[in-house]
Amino acid sequence: MGRERLLHHATRRLLLLLPRSRGFSSSAGAAASSREPLHVCVVGSGPAGFYTADKMLKGHEEAQVDIIDRLPTPFGLVRSGVAPDHPETKIVVNQFSRVAANGRCSFYGNVTVGSDVSVSELQKIYDVVVLAYGAESDRSLGIPGEDLRGIHSAREFVWWYNGHPDMCNLAPDLQSTDSAVVLGQGNVALDVARILLRCTSELAATDIADYAFDALRGNTIRKVYLVGRRGPVQAACTAKELREILGLKNVRVCIKEADLVTSTADEEEIRNSRIQRRVYELLSKAATAHKGNISNDQKELHFVFFRRPIRFLPAEDGSTVDVVQLEKTCLKDGVAGKQVAVGTGEFEDLKCGLVLKSIGYKSLPVEGLPFDNYRGVVPNLKGRVLSSESENGTVESGLYVVGWLKRGPTGIVATNLHCAEETVCILLRFL
Amino acid sequence: MLSRISQFGARLLRENRAASYLPNSRSSYYRGQFSQHFAPAKNTLFSTTSNHDEDPQDKDKISVTFVNKDGTEQTISIPVGMSILEAAHENDIELEGACEGSLACSTCHVIVMDVKDYNKLEDPTDEENDMLDLAFGLTETSRLGCQVIAKPELDGMRVALPAATRNFAVDGFVPKPH
Repeated sequence: MGRERLLHHATRRLLLLLPRSRGFSSSAGAAASSREPLHVCVVGSGPAGFYTADKMLKGHEEAQVDIIDRLPTPFGLVRSGVAPDHPETKIVVNQFSRVAANGRCSFYGNVTVGSDVSVSELQKIYDVVVLAYGAESDRSLGIPGEDLRGIHSAREFVWWYNGHPDMCNLAPDLQSTDSAVVLGQGNVALDVARILLRCTSELAATDIADYAFDALRGNTIRKVYLVGRRGPVQAACTAKELREILGLKNVRVCIKEADLVTSTADEEEIRNSRIQRRVYELLSKAATAHKGNISNDQKELHFVFFRRPIRFLPAEDGSTVDVVQLEKTCLKDGVAGKQVAVGTGEFEDLKCGLVLKSIGYKSLPVEGLPFDNYRGVVPNLKGRVLSSESENGTVESGLYVVGWLKRGPTGIVATNLHCAEETVCILLRFL
Repeated sequence: MLSRISQFGARLLRENRAASYLPNSRSSYYRGQFSQHFAPAKNTLFSTTSNHDEDPQDKDKISVTFVNKDGTEQTISIPVGMSILEAAHENDIELEGACEGSLACSTCHVIVMDVKDYNKLEDPTDEENDMLDLAFGLTETSRLGCQVIAKPELDGMRVALPAATRNFAVDGFVPKPH
């Protein structure tokens, strides 16, 4: 079978990289180097992997870095996560391409750690292994009806419109309903809402997957609800994305003024965080600006605050989602920055035919690797992998983590820059 | 006064070295590299102290010092109109620029060390502020390097590259109040 041939090929290529089979020639006249080549394997070719490779190459003259990825193409979420209408965010692949073009760096696609090759095999072949494979699963709500048809995670939907090979056949039904509910109010939630609401003429010039573009052209969704458990002060999105979605052509934004009332703790959060302050100001302005502008051919974007989903109810066919039952919440008298939403016992139903859950990504464990199921990360100390998350955890020599697998699935592309600097710095110290 | 003279002297030396690379029959290799940045020879190099009221510095270039994360410094000459990000890259200073100046990231974040210089800059646009929101180690005098354009009033400006802090917040960034 093709896959087996690929497996042998991949393993053979990797085995060829054993230190003893590699000559190291020093050019005449150059200072004699007494340092052995340092063979590094980076598992995962997204921003975390590439920034790590970049820092390794710059930080160690003899480093030879192999970046591997389970997909045939590199760049991780820059390719499959960044929205098609955000091409400037993808410019960073130019820098990553330059890293890969370095003579001491190689990229191997189609190699899956955990099936094609194990972590322990990598540890035998390489001096250092850095795990940068991110978070390819989702947090789940754990509520009834979550597996009804029409309910997808935002990650799946994003992978679908970005052409990720795992999701080409998702085939979300965008034509049997006029309402979509997005659970969550972070930037990924805004991305999926925006792609659903954007005029398809504006999507035509992007690198969105063809089949997704066709499906969106026939899309009957007219109302998108962005639902958050807490209030506008706690919304997880950032100003640029919010500004963009509030300015979408032909979309009426609906925000209840009552939701904008702030408590003392809210005020303190706004004072302490520049991001929260600017997000709150944008939402406040939007609430007043769109009042009274009702036009029938406009689509609607509703920001729904202080609601948490309790269950999904099916339509008459018994298998497709038809209603999200929401419970009103309020914020417990709490410390600024730690306000928690609690249910009030009041419920309401929201009719919809499509639900996208955008409540957070989650990393997947790999056989042979310690894993902290609660936090969804590989237990580590500043990037050095620990045998367990408990106090008795010991450091695993030569094994490191970087990126979402190290910190949890938050932050932007640039967050990985500093994360990689920390991991490489620690790595070089403990060589 | 003395420091001004030595500054001027250092400038003369730098430009003197550079002069040998100005386009002439033998240095055509450098023509492409330097010609767009260098003022014509007649303006720059060997003018002695003149009758002008101001320093007879080359008004087309300014001097900017980058303070690296490890405290080392690099002073470079930037032509008026060029962004300090572009100038940094041309001088191999380790200032990241993931989006190559498209206002889609915060990796070229620099800290303007003298508030007087900071105040000479044009106010950041909403778009720049959106990106600064996310910058690592944000301060009151932070700007994006791709938006700081060299102009004569900024001559002598010192900018620092933000140092990685020890406390690496789980969610990535905890910007200071601004």
